[in-house]
Amino acid sequence: MSDSLHTLPRDGLIAVVKRDCPTCVLTAPVLGDLARRAGLAVFTQDDPSFPETVAERIDDTALDVSHRLRIEIVPTLIRLREGREVERTYGWDRTEWQRVAGLDALGEELPPFRPGCGAKNIEPGIIERLKIRHGETGLSARRVGIGDGEDEIEAMFDRGWSDGLPLVPPTEERVMRMLSGTARDPREIVGAIPPDLVPATVEKVAINAVMAGCKPEYLPVVLAAVEAVLDEKFAMHGVLATTMYVGPVVVVNGPVRRQIGMNARGNALGQGNRANATIGRALQLVIRNIGGGRPQEVDRATLGNPGKYTYCFAEDEEGSSWEPLACDFGIARGVSAVTVFAGYGLQGIVDQKSRTPESLSRSFAESLKAMQNVKLAPGCDVLLVVCPEHERTFREAGWSKRRLTDELHRLTQIPGEELVGGAKGIAEGGPPSLAGKTVGKTRPGGLLIVRAGGGAGMFSGIIGGWAASGERGSMPVTREVKS
Amino acid sequence: MTVLLDPTAERSPTVRPRLPRPDRLDGLTVGILDISKPRGDVFLDRLHERLSERGIAVRRYMKPTMTRPAPLPLRQQIGTEVNLVIEGLAD
Repeated sequence: MSDSLHTLPRDGLIAVVKRDCPTCVLTAPVLGDLARRAGLAVFTQDDPSFPETVAERIDDTALDVSHRLRIEIVPTLIRLREGREVERTYGWDRTEWQRVAGLDALGEELPPFRPGCGAKNIEPGIIERLKIRHGETGLSARRVGIGDGEDEIEAMFDRGWSDGLPLVPPTEERVMRMLSGTARDPREIVGAIPPDLVPATVEKVAINAVMAGCKPEYLPVVLAAVEAVLDEKFAMHGVLATTMYVGPVVVVNGPVRRQIGMNARGNALGQGNRANATIGRALQLVIRNIGGGRPQEVDRATLGNPGKYTYCFAEDEEGSSWEPLACDFGIARGVSAVTVFAGYGLQGIVDQKSRTPESLSRSFAESLKAMQNVKLAPGCDVLLVVCPEHERTFREAGWSKRRLTDELHRLTQIPGEELVGGAKGIAEGGPPSLAGKTVGKTRPGGLLIVRAGGGAGMFSGIIGGWAASGERGSMPVTREVKS
Repeated sequence: MTVLLDPTAERSPTVRPRLPRPDRLDGLTVGILDISKPRGDVFLDRLHERLSERGIAVRRYMKPTMTRPAPLPLRQQIGTEVNLVIEGLAD
């Protein structure tokens, strides 16, 4: 900490300025005048030789005094009495300066008012360092020291924090900046993270979001996704522990998509967009690091799926004639929300010939029947990602999402004879009692539809769900994104 | 020193623990790594003998030179072939 702290007078006037501020430069003659007439102490934030009008300036380039005084605007003029601040004004306001200084004639040659500039001590990147130096981070996570000779990326791998890819080191500075993305208290408990059911604070989620590569403005989305998977209906413990492929798939709706630059268009489910990539990854890291959910431990997946690194995308609401997915779960249009779905991989639906909704919905339905196994029904919930060129076919024919959903349920009713064990020469299948009955491939409410993808290509996608879909396992959950 | 914030539930120490030492050697394969220092082999040969007497499988390895870390292929070979390694410093 700078020695300049000790130079604060118990009584009198102090000013905090920087050369980079035109208003400070404008007030330089006044500062000189005040120094001579009233014993002003001037602290300089950037250039210790400024202002030349004052004989003895105090170097505050370390910004400790500015930070201690909570300076936000320069110039700031403060009167101290018996070591306590009794008056303050900032920017140049002649009347105010005269009042604080207790002088009638001051800066008469200057214009009456000029707004000041932002103080250097509150600039991003600097404020965090000052808070660390002054012990004001408010962060309570355990500190882990990495030796000078140690590579911090390797050190994080060695500690088991990584999903297999390099992580961004969660320094105090980065975590503080991440927390600036939410108004929530870092100590607030978001919920108990499975499998260990450890209470996770906003701070712990922020640490993992840093490691995942998130920007601070993504944090509210990450927090909403974490809260969503913690809803009992989602059954996160089971989704993690199952031998099946699934992991949380995050669909983002509402204005936040565009605010943080998410991709809902070309390659929406693929690589290349920071928000898409890191939000999904942060969620997985929370489960891994806070909850203790790791592969070949509580995560018993036989194969898993690449989406367990990250699986997050935005819906193309602007291009769609349908209501956004979150609206299907009671969120008003225009409100940012995430929906989590226990899903895996992507099964393509290639249909370049259908030009009527009747043909295209049949095409969808036949593809849906193949989920998991053609012999299994009810199979699982499904998140159907309809590409723009397919959505256009339904739009032009006036098919609502509700209509398509109903048609797909109707078209995926399968005669029991096709499903019984042994039918089609396949031992897999249901009991003989299925014969004579009809079974739906997905449960009512288990068919979710979103629009996403690039403008060219008649290639929609099926994100299959967990065999334990619905009441007995996982159900999709939607949560509003709160700042 | 870089200071990081712990992303975990803080249930384990920040210092990475050593792998637990086995209670017994029965059924394990022991690697003996000679770092190529003079007379290290005298000590290691005797260890090899004592372990073999107890019916414990032993595999021998040698670093090309004591002055540098073991080459990666050797480290990988040892890692896939044995359960634990004994190495001796001579002098």
